[in-house]
Amino acid sequence: MEPVEILSHTGGGVISVAWLMIALPLIGAAILLIGGRATNKWGHFLAVLMSVAAFVVAALAFFQLIGLDPAQRRQSVHLWDFIPGVADIGLLIDPLSIAFCLLITFVGSLIHIYSIGYMSHDPDRRRFFAYLNLFVAAMLLLVLADNYVALFIGWEGVGLASYLLIGFWQYKPSAAVAAKKAFVVNRVGDFGLLVAMFIIFAQFGSLQFAEVFPAAGEASQGVSTAIGLLLLLGACGKSAQLPLQSWLLDAMEGPTPVSALIHAATMVTAGVYLVVRSGSAFFPEGSTAGLVVTIVGVATLLAGAIIGTAKDDIKKGLAGSTMSQIGYMMLAAGIGPAGYAFAIAHLISHGFFKADLFLGAGSVMHAMNDEVDMRRYGGLRKVLPITFVTFFIGYLAIIGFPLLSGYFTKDGIIESVMHHNAILGWLAVVGAGITGFYMTRMVVMTFFGPKRWDEKAHPHESPAVMTWPLIILSVFSIGLGAYLILSNRLMVFLAPAVGRPEELPHFAPFAVTGLATLALVAVGAGLAIVKYGRAEVPVVQPRGSFLTVFARRDLYGDALNEALFMRPGQWLTRFAVFFDNRGIDGVVNGLAAGVGGSSGRLRKIQTGYVRSYALSIFVGAAVLAGAWFVVGTL
Amino acid sequence: MLELPWLSFLIGLSVVGAIVVAFLKNDKVAKQTTLGVSLLILVLTVVMAVQFSPNGDRFQFAETYDWIPSFGVHYAVAVDGIALVLILLSAILVPIVVLASWHDAEQGKRSVRTYFALLLVLEAMMIGVFAATDVFLFYVFFEAMLIPMYFMIGSYGGAQRSYAAVKFLLYSLFGGLLMLVAVIALYNVADKNSFLFPDLIGAVTDPTTQKWLFLGFFIAFAIKAPLWPVHTWLPDAAAQAPAGAAVLLVGVLDKVGTYGMLRFCLELFPDAAKWATPVVIALSVIGIVYGAIVAIGQTDIKRLVAYTSISHFGFITMGVFAMTTTATSGATLYMVNHGFSTGVLFLVAGFLIYRRGSQFIADYGGVQKVAPLLAGAFLIAGLSGLSLPGLSTFVSEFMVLLGTYQRYAVPAIIGTTGVILAAIYILWMYQRTMNGPTAESVAEMKDLNGRERWVVAPLIALIVVLGFFPKPLLDVINPAVKESLVNVKVTDPAPVVAVKEGQ
Repeated sequence: MEPVEILSHTGGGVISVAWLMIALPLIGAAILLIGGRATNKWGHFLAVLMSVAAFVVAALAFFQLIGLDPAQRRQSVHLWDFIPGVADIGLLIDPLSIAFCLLITFVGSLIHIYSIGYMSHDPDRRRFFAYLNLFVAAMLLLVLADNYVALFIGWEGVGLASYLLIGFWQYKPSAAVAAKKAFVVNRVGDFGLLVAMFIIFAQFGSLQFAEVFPAAGEASQGVSTAIGLLLLLGACGKSAQLPLQSWLLDAMEGPTPVSALIHAATMVTAGVYLVVRSGSAFFPEGSTAGLVVTIVGVATLLAGAIIGTAKDDIKKGLAGSTMSQIGYMMLAAGIGPAGYAFAIAHLISHGFFKADLFLGAGSVMHAMNDEVDMRRYGGLRKVLPITFVTFFIGYLAIIGFPLLSGYFTKDGIIESVMHHNAILGWLAVVGAGITGFYMTRMVVMTFFGPKRWDEKAHPHESPAVMTWPLIILSVFSIGLGAYLILSNRLMVFLAPAVGRPEELPHFAPFAVTGLATLALVAVGAGLAIVKYGRAEVPVVQPRGSFLTVFARRDLYGDALNEALFMRPGQWLTRFAVFFDNRGIDGVVNGLAAGVGGSSGRLRKIQTGYVRSYALSIFVGAAVLAGAWFVVGTL
Repeated sequence: MLELPWLSFLIGLSVVGAIVVAFLKNDKVAKQTTLGVSLLILVLTVVMAVQFSPNGDRFQFAETYDWIPSFGVHYAVAVDGIALVLILLSAILVPIVVLASWHDAEQGKRSVRTYFALLLVLEAMMIGVFAATDVFLFYVFFEAMLIPMYFMIGSYGGAQRSYAAVKFLLYSLFGGLLMLVAVIALYNVADKNSFLFPDLIGAVTDPTTQKWLFLGFFIAFAIKAPLWPVHTWLPDAAAQAPAGAAVLLVGVLDKVGTYGMLRFCLELFPDAAKWATPVVIALSVIGIVYGAIVAIGQTDIKRLVAYTSISHFGFITMGVFAMTTTATSGATLYMVNHGFSTGVLFLVAGFLIYRRGSQFIADYGGVQKVAPLLAGAFLIAGLSGLSLPGLSTFVSEFMVLLGTYQRYAVPAIIGTTGVILAAIYILWMYQRTMNGPTAESVAEMKDLNGRERWVVAPLIALIVVLGFFPKPLLDVINPAVKESLVNVKVTDPAPVVAVKEGQ
């Protein structure tokens, strides 16, 4: 089944004012940034209010949308003329964008609330909330845009928010470097997105989804593949997929709520959004571009999981896990309409349980004086009971424990990929096993076993403003997967926007792949319990085998980048600067000196000589002019 | 309103203002008078711009008087959409520069009031050069502009000001005199006994002659712009000039080069322009990448900004010579946006340097902590330098690349790498100056004061508003660009798929 036609919205209802979703948090950010210290006292409440208000608008728009006939559920709302002849600013309200809006504003609001407690001691809390609001606005523009240019504004807008928030504690050099790295690596991806837009415009004379998507089939195979691969490059940058994954682990320098919202639940999934949104046009089932998407997805899901096994920093462990889980989504998005609903279902359920896990990690850090080394945790379940229970639910959800969220959504991905390509499917099963290992390791090292922290640490449970968001997120981590997957609820809902397979899949709880996945997860979890639960965990990181070091060093991704790009880049820069000073300038100075009839270096010239120089040049030009007249009259 | 001689009045007002300021006794009054005159010019320019009808005649507010009848030289001024937005740019930047330069002339070799008088003289020249529709008059303004700028750099600049001022003057004179030869030759060849631009369109038909004349004009404009490889005067001039003069130099004076290419090289010598296009596009692309790479390696803040501009001028010349409506309109818009963006970057850098007394990046660190507003302004200025979507510079850069790709795919793709390099040069500079632990030498640094906020705020507001709503400018620019391209006899490539449908 193909997606339905994008209609022009003719007015009425919340859809007409859907722009409020973007405007409200944007106004919030502007007030907090321009208002300055005057807004310190109440700024965070305003930010929360704006985020919640955006959620209300999203929810109302959702209800209006489901009240419409499925064929009417893709509406484009024109806002204003942007670049005449190229693109306008407009919003596309359809099931896909609204699903994202609900996720972004709901999880976003919970994280705003949580941050009131988490950032309560930070002197710059107001600025933090301003950036969070800015992020929400940009992210909503990204998913709501009805053309690629407006999407790109949101796309780089979230990149800016990410840059500002990773570097929020900018006085730490590591944070400043991580922020810059994230932006630059993302720009490499954006290069792909930009060139994709150039090709699309050259082909179709438009960048509006409503005009490009229906015409996409008329482009040649090669052009379609090129557009698909370039869009994928953009997606890889934003979603930290191989080969542009290196920034995400460093991005953990940002405050933990940022890691939860931007670097787990929402922004990093924008690449999946881009692929699914453009799917019917540039990644059709069986296309080369789609195949590359699945390969990138599988490679990243394995790489992220392997990195996750070796990290002692709880946030970096979760970051590796995020890479890996987005790899699953990419994998599903690459196979076409059969996978879109599962990719988005996993994206949504992951948004909840990963936010739950990250905020849980933040709660642990809050209790432990910002310690992130799990080797210095241990036995925290008794001191942090609420954090423990909510984290544990998130843990069960992510490893795919039966009946919890991840069980349904990840199993859906594995099952649909298995039909498409068995090798990719089995690799995804292996990934699930590794997930079982690294997540169990994390839970065991943090909450079980003997305590490995100093009495002076005084760990304490977080305040209610932080625990309530955890509780709500964990409740969703339990039931959301079942809700979205059973009776193909999400697939049917999304069908007008992304299409769906002719035959709806059946949920088969006792299929071979499902059982094999569960078995491998159990093995992974068991290994972790034996290694970290039964044996003693050394407080100081042991040297580790070759493989462990390989994983700890992020599979040498940074080393590779340094050898391939950074060092040659530095040499090139030095050479260029030298060449510019000596080469070009030297030649020109020499020429100038020659023209002036002086052999001295130009640097020595004082203003007194200007007249003589000017005169000699003027004479030269007069001679030239004279010569022209002579030649001209001949 | 009636048919008023708007342009002559604006030029005259600046000249009269300059004379008055030069003869004032009190420096403070001189500054205030300069600010008042420049603000009045801004208001009048805006009033004039509002009356410009985008879909009316191409050239409006036209005035023509004989000047040297025996040679067909006229005092002729008028504006089309392209010239209008550049005059607006100049009129907006001058009062801001006046306010920003409030204390900059105090260390100079000459008096404070001379500096401000020179600013007004320069404003007259800037309006004149964009308004001139007589090629000889254009040449006169083109050369005369050098004089106030030469003194502003040479008398009020940094330690190496003499070297920088001379280098600037020599390069410009060399280009200017080549152009003089070409202007005179054009007059002879065209044989219309007129220097008026409309008379000269289509007057040179011989291909070889066109090529020679094109080169005469083009080399002058390439030095002015400056285009790689004749760019090396700019980093010296911009780094040694006082911040305000640097803004007008890079923001407006250099645009005369790219404006001249669009107006004169393309329209007067269309066949030669097409003949030269591959070379110009190649030089532009080299400039984009080369300027960005050299910028990354700079240790001096102002030189760094100057090299980013060389990269940006590459985008502009690429857009002009791509000769598609999108690219060429984008290039024109780029000229305006770059003026605001580099303007605010130079000015904030100037505030920073004024406080610390050093242009070297290594002398800073952690300024964000002590002067958050200054750092914030620097960041926004920097982000506009890296063409962040949502800021005005993105619109023009995107249009240039998008439009260029339609005709020259490979150069556009190579040029797009400039987007990545821009992130490196801006954010690395920001990181080294503003982030990290606060350096001892900047620990006492004061944040932006009231005057400085008034300098920065309007530019940032313009950059943001034009980032989301560039239509008012594009509506004025587009018709003029379309008419120019009609004179060049090029049409936009049609979309591939639409062509298929048409068959």
